[in-house]
Amino acid sequence: MIEGHPTNKPLMAVFWLYVLIPLAWGVYKTLSQAITLFH
Amino acid sequence: MSSISDLNQKGAGSARPGFFSKEASIAQPGFSRWMVPPAALAVHLCIGQAYAFSVFNGPLSKLIGITKSAPDDWALTTLGWIFSLAIVCLGLSAAFAGRWLEKVGPRRTMFTAACCFGAGFLVSALGVWTHQIWLLYLGYGLLGGIGLGLGYVSPVSTLIRWFPDRRGMATGMAIMGFGGGAMIAAPLSVFLMGYFKTATSLGVSETFIVMGVLYFISMTIGSLAIRIPPAGWTPAGWTPPTVQNAMITREHVHIDQVLKTPQFYLIWAVLFFNVTAGIGILSQASVMIQESFKESITAASAAGFVGLLSLFNMGGRFVWASASDLIGRKNTYFVFFILGAVLYYLVPIFGASGNIVLFVAAYVVILSMYGGGFATVPAYLADIFGTAFVGGIHGRLLTAWAAAGVAGPVLINYIRAYEVGHGVAKADAYTMTLHIMVVLLLLGFVCNLLIKRVDAKHHMKQA
Repeated sequence: MIEGHPTNKPLMAVFWLYVLIPLAWGVYKTLSQAITLFH
Repeated sequence: MSSISDLNQKGAGSARPGFFSKEASIAQPGFSRWMVPPAALAVHLCIGQAYAFSVFNGPLSKLIGITKSAPDDWALTTLGWIFSLAIVCLGLSAAFAGRWLEKVGPRRTMFTAACCFGAGFLVSALGVWTHQIWLLYLGYGLLGGIGLGLGYVSPVSTLIRWFPDRRGMATGMAIMGFGGGAMIAAPLSVFLMGYFKTATSLGVSETFIVMGVLYFISMTIGSLAIRIPPAGWTPAGWTPPTVQNAMITREHVHIDQVLKTPQFYLIWAVLFFNVTAGIGILSQASVMIQESFKESITAASAAGFVGLLSLFNMGGRFVWASASDLIGRKNTYFVFFILGAVLYYLVPIFGASGNIVLFVAAYVVILSMYGGGFATVPAYLADIFGTAFVGGIHGRLLTAWAAAGVAGPVLINYIRAYEVGHGVAKADAYTMTLHIMVVLLLLGFVCNLLIKRVDAKHHMKQA
């Protein structure tokens, strides 16, 4: 990080969750489908 | 030819820069570079929807008949052109907008991508509403395709500049998002069409409108959050290694000069061969496993197999690109070509022996390397040509993707059809094709082997 005023950490965490939650949902849905291969 | 100092001075006029200008997106002191990966993901998770466009094919072919295709409904062959046009426009816009996106910076480029991609859905919704196919070609095909190309390249080159210490991991994160975008879009599209469906409508135009608005908002958020590092910035506590890796340059090659180097064409061929091999089996995965294991694989479990491949395609983008930071880009592609060739050779043997576990294991590793090839190549370009024009150079290289998108499926389909036509059993018909893929991968290995440092005569002047 560059020296000076730090980035708002909670805001950054929210931003990460904003992209990771939909991705996790998509992975879960795909994994649910993929499991049928092993039935 | 421009020098490095010219580049830094361009656009640095005394007038106050506009909000979307390159100058206004330079990070202020205190900005954390870890804000950039989610900004890139916000764009790539949206444009990755392209891989899931096929979920609309069925409903689009029954817009009039509703329960089954009516004579005036669009044929699947007609609809197939929408996706093909989008991919062609992706390649062309990434290739031809290279200089522009380096000039205006990532914020304007990503916002333009958001406008094009969002508008593409809205124009397509109008096309569905009025049942005019040319509006879908214009909307999703042309506008959406331009949005895809601009949105794909710009965040990647920005990440490379923020993470000089972990280029592979950074690009892997963004390009993993492109793989993951389809996993979000497919169930979301199905849900929305179900929500809007009525007795007289399949809900496609409403779904297009909602998705267009959602993607526009999400990509705009990404474009607002993106920042570029100030000139000369390096991560705190990091210094470039004193013992310089022979394959990582500290110089920069101008985007126009790049086309005069053999390295560009060799990396183009490396990407082409890697993608051709992967895309060919990706397009036929469901059919291949059903024909190889007729007794034990149903259509539902074949769909599960395709889902598993998608997961490894996505995961491989992050894992292999991150690994390339440790073992080097060139060695990473050597692994792709050697391990890939071995696995392609073994797949028919696993199929013939009835060993489904080994068959599936081989395929998921192959698909992880297919995704890994996409994610590692931007860092490879930055290593070889420097970071000054890496976005534009990456855009031009993506023409290899477009070419492979044609070559891969054509090779698989035509050779299989030829073999079946000559009496070969369907389960064995892929053997020849997979052996041809082995040859392609070995050609890729040779191209990768030939890649050396760029001659100093191509470097930009350090004024």
